[in-house]
Amino acid sequence: MPISVYIPSPFRRLTADREYVTVEGRSVADVLDALDQRYPGFANLVYDRERKVPTHINIYLNNQEIHDLQGTETAVSDGDQLAVIPALAGGAAGGGDGRAAPANAALTPEEVMRYSRHIIMPQVGPQGQRKLRNAKVLVIGAGGLGGPVAVYLALAGVGTIGLVEFDVVDLSNLQRQILHQTKDVGRPKLASARETLTAYNPHVKVVEHPLPITSDNAMEIIPQYDIIVNGADNFATRYLVNDAAYLAGKTLVDGAILLFDGQATVYKPGSGCYRCLYPDPPPPGLVPSCAEAGVLGAITGIVGSIQATEVFKQILGIGEPLVNRLLLIDALSMEFRVMKIRRDPSCPLCGDHPTVKELIDYDVFCGSSPLEVPVSARA
Amino acid sequence: MSVRVQVTSVIQKVVNGQRELDVDGSTVGELITNIDARYPGFAEQLMDGRGELHRFVNIYLNDEDVRYLNGKETPLSDGDTVSILPALAGGAR
Repeated sequence: MPISVYIPSPFRRLTADREYVTVEGRSVADVLDALDQRYPGFANLVYDRERKVPTHINIYLNNQEIHDLQGTETAVSDGDQLAVIPALAGGAAGGGDGRAAPANAALTPEEVMRYSRHIIMPQVGPQGQRKLRNAKVLVIGAGGLGGPVAVYLALAGVGTIGLVEFDVVDLSNLQRQILHQTKDVGRPKLASARETLTAYNPHVKVVEHPLPITSDNAMEIIPQYDIIVNGADNFATRYLVNDAAYLAGKTLVDGAILLFDGQATVYKPGSGCYRCLYPDPPPPGLVPSCAEAGVLGAITGIVGSIQATEVFKQILGIGEPLVNRLLLIDALSMEFRVMKIRRDPSCPLCGDHPTVKELIDYDVFCGSSPLEVPVSARA
Repeated sequence: MSVRVQVTSVIQKVVNGQRELDVDGSTVGELITNIDARYPGFAEQLMDGRGELHRFVNIYLNDEDVRYLNGKETPLSDGDTVSILPALAGGAR
């Protein structure tokens, strides 16, 4: 039974831009299967994981919505016309007005198109894309690591990206910090970060936290987010963010770089933390900063992309998170190695008998004040 | 007992810029002593004055942290890889 199917414009990249496609089938489900066979990936656009047509997609048989008939079991016959119509959110046809869509709103055709390379993958699909849109991710530092993390989150349509940063753009940042450009030297990093991210994707809401994160504000900022990403440049902030994320019950996606080396891991509350990996910070001055020792610009992209990937997996609930594993990257040998990390039962934060039950003074803990480092000397 | 030792970042300075060394040693502690004999100053990167391993430097035997094995007494076998990893803080601000 040849049935003519109207393909909406956001789905037409699958059909080589054909507006109408004719396939065989005895029921709506048959027709959709036939479309998927001819245009692999089509089913992912019209079905959710339970193989139901999601609420944001209407399918019309002639002029009747199939929910008012027998759903996908509705029989079709010769000469029938089927139309697949994704709903539009709040009248924002095109969706390019920069306003965030309501949490449960359907994806707009513009969003379906923009994120199609993600949506087409069964591990993402329209539901996954909406999870990304609803997600709130906090990135500590809008510098070397925070840059690629924030860019990839914005490109992927993560709805809310918080940035903690108080620094201004220095000429020496531009060797690696992709959020900032030459014209931004001297401007607050948050200003150029917002511009870059919203230029990439106007749907993303960028929340600015224009302060150093401290023991006084961390428990106000961190609980507002679902996932925390660490791109801090000093040990005091690393221990602070570790403790605050654990106390707030948030997953922390950690990364660090120096010279040609990178490290990345994910701490989930209860599966170990930064204190389990490194119980004490090194004495001030022993481990140099990137400003003192240098860092390969591109390694920030490697580690930042890995952190963004872990955030993505976490939001979508797919794959194996980088939990209890420390990924080591050596750019010179281009070797990636994985070491085991365990929750330490004697950990003062997440061990069996914790002694750190609230945030402490991390400058004292680390023996130095990170804020005393002159801006121009920062890595 | 020949063991491959991989050192990252700042520790490489102490071993003449190498990132891998082949060293003899029957335990982790002996390995450190033997490297220190060749590269004086190596041991103090890893241990305090009382010979305790620093808590901001991790030593892995293959992929396992030696703190969860037998610390400096952890025995080594031919072909093992020992990795020495100081904490890194850089986010490249």
